Amino acid sequence: MKEPIVMAKNLRKSYGDLQAVKGIDFKIYQGECFGILGPNGAGKTTTVAMLYCFLPVTKGHLEVLGMDVTNSPRQIKMKLGVVPQENNLDLELTVLENLIIYASYFDIKKRTAEKKALELLAFFNLMEKKDINVEQLSGGMKRRLALARGLINSPEMLILDEPTTGLDPEARHIIWQHLRLLKQQGLTIVLTTHYLEEASQLCDYLFIIDQGEIIERGSPRELVEKHIGRYVLELELPAEKHQCLLEELDSNVKGYKLLGNTLYLYLNSEGQYAATKLQQYPYISYQLLRPANLEDVFLKLTGKGLLGGE
Amino acid sequence: MTFYFIEPLLYLSAMGLGLGAFIGEINGTSYVQFIAPGIIASSAMWAAASESTYGSFVKMHYQKIYHAMVAAPLSIEEVVAGEILYAAFKAVIYGSIILLVITAFGLVASPWALLTPLVLVLAGFVFALLGMIWTGLVPNIDTFSFFFTLVVTPMFLFSGVFFPIDNLPGFVQIAAWFLPLFHVVVLLRSLVFGEIGLYLLTHVGILILTIVILFPFPQRLMRKRLGI
Repeated sequence: MKEPIVMAKNLRKSYGDLQAVKGIDFKIYQGECFGILGPNGAGKTTTVAMLYCFLPVTKGHLEVLGMDVTNSPRQIKMKLGVVPQENNLDLELTVLENLIIYASYFDIKKRTAEKKALELLAFFNLMEKKDINVEQLSGGMKRRLALARGLINSPEMLILDEPTTGLDPEARHIIWQHLRLLKQQGLTIVLTTHYLEEASQLCDYLFIIDQGEIIERGSPRELVEKHIGRYVLELELPAEKHQCLLEELDSNVKGYKLLGNTLYLYLNSEGQYAATKLQQYPYISYQLLRPANLEDVFLKLTGKGLLGGE
Repeated sequence: MTFYFIEPLLYLSAMGLGLGAFIGEINGTSYVQFIAPGIIASSAMWAAASESTYGSFVKMHYQKIYHAMVAAPLSIEEVVAGEILYAAFKAVIYGSIILLVITAFGLVASPWALLTPLVLVLAGFVFALLGMIWTGLVPNIDTFSFFFTLVVTPMFLFSGVFFPIDNLPGFVQIAAWFLPLFHVVVLLRSLVFGEIGLYLLTHVGILILTIVILFPFPQRLMRKRLGI
């Protein structure tokens, strides 16, 4: 039975009367890619900030790498890599200098740091930019540098807070590729995100947090199968027709969700039948048959889209 | 960067030579010689104060570098102490360069002036701390102008840099003792002119006491500011 490398019990964070994280429990195991999913303001950033010993815990128990975050923050930080939400790189330094200076915070000798830095720059395809001022890099490159910086101390666990927010699709996919490679090398990864695709692609296990509470947890596939099924049919049709449509489709539909004017039907495996039947149905202004995904899970569980907070 | 250099030298020449042509001797020395030590002191003050305000605020608030450092095995107290040390270091460097310049112009009377960098260390810390306290408090970068208008500039004008304060009303002379720059100016002027006495230790003591009292405040404020 593997020992978890992160253990949270009744973890709480309050700012005066405001409760950002309301007593959550979770475990993270070595080698997995663990996701923390939720809309903006759910408590994702607060939770990971407690993990990397930046924010003090208000109440409850949090152990990282076998050490209590309240008692041993410095020792824990030595073994963690952190990529915060905002690129907080030193704009006055070059790419290489950023890595070497950051390494000094971990008491890493300059020669070792330089060697590791060059390895990381090669891995993240930033070698040509090593002597360029960080200010001149594109957003995607800055994020890759932030990622490299998070690895300069060869951490046992890498924590990323919304790693691809604000990046264009190409940059996002490049980051995912790098993260997958790191995972293959055995690195434990914890990431927060409000992008369902990212969570589906990268995470072995995740929990969904909303307003400071964990509302569901599991692997992406488990959650989708459990709550939705395999296919979803999105429809737009007049409100008064909804009821009779549902009655007509009956057992073909496992469940549904109405969001605004759009009806999301969770289809059973015979769902293709429903889709073809609808071709004869009048009044449908918009129709899309697609595989079920995590956003459907979230819509079902909370009644709002993951991007609803923006 | 070179701005720190040029401004003290401009004051030295405009006031020292320009105004000095109309002013006779002060306490037996020429006007430019009189103000030179004060210019050293104030250049140290401006260097430390600027770095610990604008310099630190940009790093903390806009670049969020403090957050990056505290995510590493550093505490916010260490980060703030480092920033203060750097600002003080700048004060020592700039003040010492001005000292070299005025020595080159033959305005230094005594070898005691070699102790100037030690006084500048104290000055650097005091002004770095004052600036850093402000940085811990301000909501946005515009409010720094209050610091410079209400704290730094009055000190610059009323600490004995440009004129002795002996002829000002009694309450002003007493108030000067609460201005750190006043003590720095007294110390540097005494060193440069070679007028040494044990009474100078009082001024040293006041500066050290100020540093000790102020030291924890920027750290506390910054911890609160970052929400940790």
